[in-house]
This record gives sequence, C-alpha cells and structure tokens, in this order.
Amino acid sequence: MTVSGAGHRGFWLWATSLGVYAFLYVPLLIVVVYSFNDSRLNAEWVGFTWHWYDVLLHDEDMLAAVGNSLFIATVSSLIATVLGTMAGIAMHRYGVKALTFMALTPVAMPEILLGVSLLLFFIQVINLTLGLVSIIIAHITFSIGFVAVIVRARLAGIDESIFEAARDLGASPWETFRHVTFPLILPGVVAGGLMAFTLSIDDFVITFFTAGVGVSTLPLRVYSMIKIAVTPEVNAVSTLLMLLTLTMIVLASKFSPDVLRGKT
Amino acid sequence: MSLLELKNVTRRFGDFTAVDNVSLNIEAGEFFTLLGPSGCGKTTILRMIAGFDLPDAGQILLDGKDLADTPPEQRPVRTVFQSYALFPHMTVAQNISFPLKMARIPGKEAAKMLHETLELVHLADKADAYPHELSGGQKQRVALARGLVNRPRVLLLDEPLGALDAKLREEMQVDLINLQKEVGVTFVFVTHAQVEALALSHRIAVMRDGRVEQVDEPSRLYGSPQTRFVADFIGHINMLEAQVLEPAHGQFRLGVSGLGEIMTQPLHGVAVGSKGTFAIRPEQVRIGVHGEIQELKNHFPGTVRHFLYRGDVTVYKVSLANGAVIEALLPNSAPGRAELFRVGDAVNVGWRHDAGVFLHE
Ligand SMILES: Nc1ncnc2c1ncn2[C@@H]1O[C@H](COP(=O)(O)OP(=O)(O)OP(=O)(O)O)[C@@H](O)[C@H]1O
Ligand SMILES: [Mg+2]
Repeated sequence: MTVSGAGHRGFWLWATSLGVYAFLYVPLLIVVVYSFNDSRLNAEWVGFTWHWYDVLLHDEDMLAAVGNSLFIATVSSLIATVLGTMAGIAMHRYGVKALTFMALTPVAMPEILLGVSLLLFFIQVINLTLGLVSIIIAHITFSIGFVAVIVRARLAGIDESIFEAARDLGASPWETFRHVTFPLILPGVVAGGLMAFTLSIDDFVITFFTAGVGVSTLPLRVYSMIKIAVTPEVNAVSTLLMLLTLTMIVLASKFSPDVLRGKT
Repeated sequence: MSLLELKNVTRRFGDFTAVDNVSLNIEAGEFFTLLGPSGCGKTTILRMIAGFDLPDAGQILLDGKDLADTPPEQRPVRTVFQSYALFPHMTVAQNISFPLKMARIPGKEAAKMLHETLELVHLADKADAYPHELSGGQKQRVALARGLVNRPRVLLLDEPLGALDAKLREEMQVDLINLQKEVGVTFVFVTHAQVEALALSHRIAVMRDGRVEQVDEPSRLYGSPQTRFVADFIGHINMLEAQVLEPAHGQFRLGVSGLGEIMTQPLHGVAVGSKGTFAIRPEQVRIGVHGEIQELKNHFPGTVRHFLYRGDVTVYKVSLANGAVIEALLPNSAPGRAELFRVGDAVNVGWRHDAGVFLHE
C-alpha cells in the first residue's frame, strides 16, 4: 500500500499538472465556447447559436483565404514529404553530422529570422514576385527538417541487416527500397507529411513575410480581422482550425507513435 | 575444381588486418565451418563471399569465376544472419517468397516451391504469421527457409544458433545436418563454439587473428591438431613443454618437462633436439591404482589433487612425482559409482605410446 507521504506527493503532482493543463487549454476552450455565443461581443454568455459559422461560410474573403491555405498546405507538405524523406534517408545512410545539422536548422531558427531571410532571398536574389509560389517555397523550407527527422528516427529503429538481407535475397537497390525500406518507413513518412501540413496551415510569421500583397491565408485573414474587432466569427474560424490541427496531430501520432513521445 | 575458392584474400580496416591472406577451397555439397574466437574475422569473410564487402587483395571465385564485379543480389549465395533479419512487415510465407519474387519465378511454380520449403522446415501452419509472432527457433527456421527456397549454390550461416537456448540449439544442430543433406546446398557455417563445429561439419577451418591455422575434418582436427592454438581451442588438452631426444625402436623418445621421458608415435620431419609441446587429451590418459596401468609404455605415479564431477564423466587432476599436473577423464558408466578416487589418493596415470601429439614450434 502507498505510504501516506507518497500519497501527498502524488496529490501535489496531480494538482500541479492539472494547473498546467488548465493554463494551456482554458483559453482554447473559451475561444471554442464563445464561437457558439449568440452575441457580437466576447463578453458574456447569451445563448447558443450556429450563426457565426453561417457568417463564416458566406464570407468570400475568408473562404478564399481558406482555399489558399489548403492549397499551400497540400502542395508544400507533399513536396516537403518527398524531399524530407530523401533527406532523412541520406542523413541515416551517410551519418554526416552536417546534413542533420542543416536540415534541422530551419526547425530551430526563430521564425522571424527565417521569414526575413526568405523575403530578402526572393526579392533580392531570385527576383520572384511574392505570392502563392513564394509562400509554398517558404513552407517547404521549414517543413523538410521535420519530415527528415521523423523518417530518420524510423530508420534508426530498423536492424541494418534487414536491408542487406533484401540485397542478399536478390533485390536490386531500387527493389530493396520499394519492397523493404519504403514500407518500413512509411508510417514515418505519413506522420511527417501530416506534421508538414499542420505546420503550413498554422503558419503566420513566415507567411506574413513571404505573402506579398493580394494573397491571403487563413492565419493572415484572422489577423487582419482582429485588427478591426474580435468578432465571434474569428472564434468560429479558430475553432475549425483547431479541430483540423488536432485531427492531423492525432493522425500523425497514430502512424508514428514516437512522434508524440518526443523520440525524434 | 572447388565450388568456392578463396585465394589469398586480405581485408584491412585502417591499419588493422581483419582477414590476412586467407586461402580456402570449399567443395560442392560440403558443410564447411569457420571456427575461431570472437574478432578473428569470420563474419568479415562471410560478408566478402556474400558481396557486402570486398577484399583489399586476393580473389573469391565461384565455379572458377571471379565474383569481384558481381553485386550481392546477383551472387547465387544466400546469408542467414545472426539476427535473422526477417522482414517485419511480411508474413512467413511472404518472407520465404521474397527471393522467388525477386527472381521473377512465375506464380504457380513459386507457390509450389514455397509449399515445399514450408514443409521442409515444418512451418506450414505458420505461413500467415508475422515474424513478431514467432519463437526464436521458428524465426531461425524461416531465415533458413528463405535462404534455401530457390536453392542457392552456397548458404552462408553466421552463428545462426547463437541466440537459442542450449536445448533448442542441440535440436537445431540435428535439424541443420538433416536439412543440409536433404537440399545438398553447400553450407559455410560460422561459429565460435567448437562443440557445434565438431558436431556439424564435414570440414572445419580454425581461424586466429585473421589467419587460417588448420583446415581438417573434425576427427583429425581433434585427434591431430597441428598447432598449440588448435589443440587448445578445440576440446580440452594437457600441454607440456617437450624436446625430441632420439628415435628408438621405431618410436620417438621425448623429454617432457615435469614428467621425464616418454615414448611417442613416429614423427616425420622433426629433428632430434627440436623443441615443442607434447599434448594429450584427458580421455586418452588412463588412471588407476593397480598393475594394468604399468603395462602401458608411458606411466607415472602421482596423487589426486582435485576432481570435477560432471555427471557423465569425472575429471581428475593428478600431480605427478616430477611436478607436472595431468588431467585424466573417467566415464561414469557404472551405476552409482561416480567417485572412484578421492583427493590425496595415490594413483598411476598412463597412456599408450601412440596417444598424444608432439607439436613442433
Ligand atoms: N567495418 C569495420 N570497420 C572496422 N573494423 C571492423 C569492421 N568490421 C570488422 N572489423 C574488425 O575486424 C575484426 C574481425 O571482425 P569480424 O566481425 O569478422 O569478427 P568475427 O570473427 O565475426 O567475430 P565474432 O565471433 O565476435 O562475430 C574485428 O576486430 C572487428 O573489430
Ligand atoms: Mg561475427
């Protein structure tokens, strides 16, 4: 049976973590709750309504922004998944520290730095008109590292002789990749892709720097709305965004449980 | 012409020579074993035969053809890895069919070969299981089946029984012998367990520090080791410093330190006065109290110092009058009589003149 001292300690541990989780989730919960509030103000609860979601669905600008966001996220996460997977395999295969370092730097670098440097690069170096393309390139840049790290973690967990066995049993390097390596890293690839998608959908800072005028994404649109007033429509769109992000994270963790356990 | 031929093969890692000028001839249908202590280069040799590694010098020939430019997937050689290396995302049947699929063997024929191989290793009821659902012995058999399914010329086995417990190991040894006989594929087997090597092989190459010390049949390796290392590595043996005194009556007289003069079998090409080691197996040393020992050419009085009861046999350590300590082994064949002598008993030990070997230095 538990000694009473340990019981007390257990209680405080519980209480503290409860506090931390409350701190993390109560603001989010308030956003969700007020998206159903039948009032123009986020001040007091008046009554339940779907009204703000209805407003959202008829807001042309908002819908365009959502469309852009989904398009950017899909294209950038697909490309980042392919490139990141290749980078992850190379990192594992050649074990070159510099490769790992280079793929991870964009992950750790302050977003504002990345945003500014990409902006300068696009405008001054390659003379690219800012818009969808520049946003997509920017998003690929910061997602590759995540995909690569997840794929490499997957590979590191596989017995190296499995790949030799495939060659030994008559598979060419390409057949080994197709029948053995790829199926084994697939969960990591999918998890990495979902991560990249989530990161892209949510990104504000880097997108802000690389979007130029004319093209807006969901986070940019929300930002420009709250500059005027925080209406419950912002709550509604935030709620939907939260739902999408959560789904992605849950899916990613399903495919590759290590991702959420911080094993990467 | 031998099936597989290694000619002066050398492999260096940095300035360390892992395989040093090794030459071997392995015949078709043979169960050939590389035996040696950890780190002596056994795995490195297998990896070069399989094609995962290349020699720095020398050649590896299969059917007389140099393999240097043949990638692993094109060599008719298969490997059973110590870790089994089964594909975790494939069932037993898919694992075993993998080489058939790679060789593009048509479905009907492939199915037949799969079926036969499953029967061969008694795994028909596990065809749809995944590797993580199998026991160690079953995984082992899948790895064997996968290696044998499209009948390679050579099967390389790197300590395949290493991960199994003692009982299963013995069972698998018998299975391996039968399997090899049945399929007729040449086996190159790697182990550092000498008992296993003796039990399984047609021929054994004993290795030490990247070099081959002796290649021979198990009984000759055990009975006539040619170097101190081989004598010591395989089984137990008494070793005493010795010098050739003179040939007498068609037999040799040796001066053995701590023992005195002994008679031994004729030795060829050994000059009088040459120094070396006299080595004799404990089971060749007879031990007793009465006259029957005195009738042997070599016999010495001594005192029992220790004994080690091992169930089937008892090992006695006898210190002799002139200082040598000799181990003698006595089988416990008579029921209830495991302890024939006690510590401190005065005994005689002796051996026939043709027992034991002189190892020239
Ligand atoms: N890729 C490598 N790089 C550097 N040294 C190596 C490499 N592969 C093997 N060696 C060295 O070569 C020597 C022989 O290795 P090998 O694996 O062939 O030994 P082994 O006889 O199979 O030993 P064990 O019974 O322990 O498996 C060892 O000292 C090992 O450290
Ligand atoms: Mg080895």
